Amino acid sequence: MAEQILQVEHLEKYYQKKYVLHDINFHVDKGEVVTLLGPSGSGKSTLIRCLNGLEEYQQGTITFEGEQINPTEKNWQQIRQKIGMVFQSYDLFPNLTVMDNILLGPTKVQKQDKFAAKKEALDLLERVGLEDYANAYPRELSGGQKQRVAIVRALALHPDFMLFDEVTASLDPEMVRGILNIIQDLADVDHMTMIVVTHEMNFAQQIADRVIFLEDGHILEQTPSKQFFSATQTKRAQAFLDSMDF
Amino acid sequence: MSSWAIIQQSLPMFGKGFELTLWLSFIGIIGSIIVGIIVSLLQYFKVPVLHQLASIYVEVSRNTPLLIQLFFLYYTFPVIGIKFGAQLCGIIGLIFLGGSYMAEGFTGGFNGVSKGQLESGKAIGLSRWQLARYIVFPQGFSLSVPAMAANVIFLIKETSIFTVIAIPELTNTALDLIGMYYRSNEYLLVLVIGYAIILIPLSIILTLLEKRVRYGSFGN
Repeated sequence: MAEQILQVEHLEKYYQKKYVLHDINFHVDKGEVVTLLGPSGSGKSTLIRCLNGLEEYQQGTITFEGEQINPTEKNWQQIRQKIGMVFQSYDLFPNLTVMDNILLGPTKVQKQDKFAAKKEALDLLERVGLEDYANAYPRELSGGQKQRVAIVRALALHPDFMLFDEVTASLDPEMVRGILNIIQDLADVDHMTMIVVTHEMNFAQQIADRVIFLEDGHILEQTPSKQFFSATQTKRAQAFLDSMDF
Repeated sequence: MSSWAIIQQSLPMFGKGFELTLWLSFIGIIGSIIVGIIVSLLQYFKVPVLHQLASIYVEVSRNTPLLIQLFFLYYTFPVIGIKFGAQLCGIIGLIFLGGSYMAEGFTGGFNGVSKGQLESGKAIGLSRWQLARYIVFPQGFSLSVPAMAANVIFLIKETSIFTVIAIPELTNTALDLIGMYYRSNEYLLVLVIGYAIILIPLSIILTLLEKRVRYGSFGN
């Protein structure tokens, strides 16, 4: 059996009496790619934001690399270096150059050697085709370029696990492919463990080992990707797939 | 005497008032910015005790007129044995007033840094202090430039109230001259021009600065 890197058990999140996430249980194996699918408002983003402490949860446990996380802000600060996250809105730091955006984590948080970190950052930029933009400011980049920098910024910390939260949702259609290729490459070449929230069904089908389908804060099914896209276990998931144009 | 002659004769006196207004404003604004930064940092980091004191200061300062603050400093403080010269009273009063306005401007700037920026900072493992140092302060100070510029203009205009404690700045000079020679139209005209010479160019420079800062840092 593959080594599990993440276990989520009985996770609950609610505001007053309203549940946002209800009894969430799943695990992720090392090197596995899991996509979270579900209609808008089903709790996909909230769930992956819980996994690096950007959202609080009221009950349940998250265990990462064998250690149950004690969810204090101080602990999350350490854990976030191991769990990279890329957001829909890129959120590069506009006051810093591309290079400084990337180096901030490695040099200030992890105290990596600046020279080596810079060399690695340049290699990563080259990998995403942006080696000429190291000294540019975010405002000089297109949306797709910003998102590539955001991915590099997360990778520069050498995470063991990556979370992608609808990273192509605010991009122009012609930019989407480039970003998805980078993520695909991370899965195929680096065997990066990741959870991907996406509305790109073709991509989800291509990249995922397993699909977790959420609705109204519940996990309705967890199915190996091949099986999910040929015949879902639940009618609700099938209806969701039928509604998607792919 | 012709109006023109009246005006010409008064110019040396107005010149001195002009210099004093500029000097007191300059010291007052620098002091206000320093106090503003300290107060906004105390509030940002919620430093125990000090941040509550800072909030009380901000409320008192913003909700009392400078006129009354000056009366307090000049007439009431000596009663309890604290005595300053008029000019020092003016500067202290202006900093007491301006500090809270500047602090509110900086706090507004810090709060204006978007949630997404904070989250992406957290996501790369930045500590609370690092987040402040590399993300919130650089962006927040840029965001607070328009408020700071408005406060600078506001504080310069407030120096006209110094006349009530007989500091011979621009307004006091004009009122003195009017009292002596009863030529209010001429002296008031010079007074208005005196302030305009300071404020209009400054206002243009500050607007340019705002544009530059906006262009320099933003457009994520």
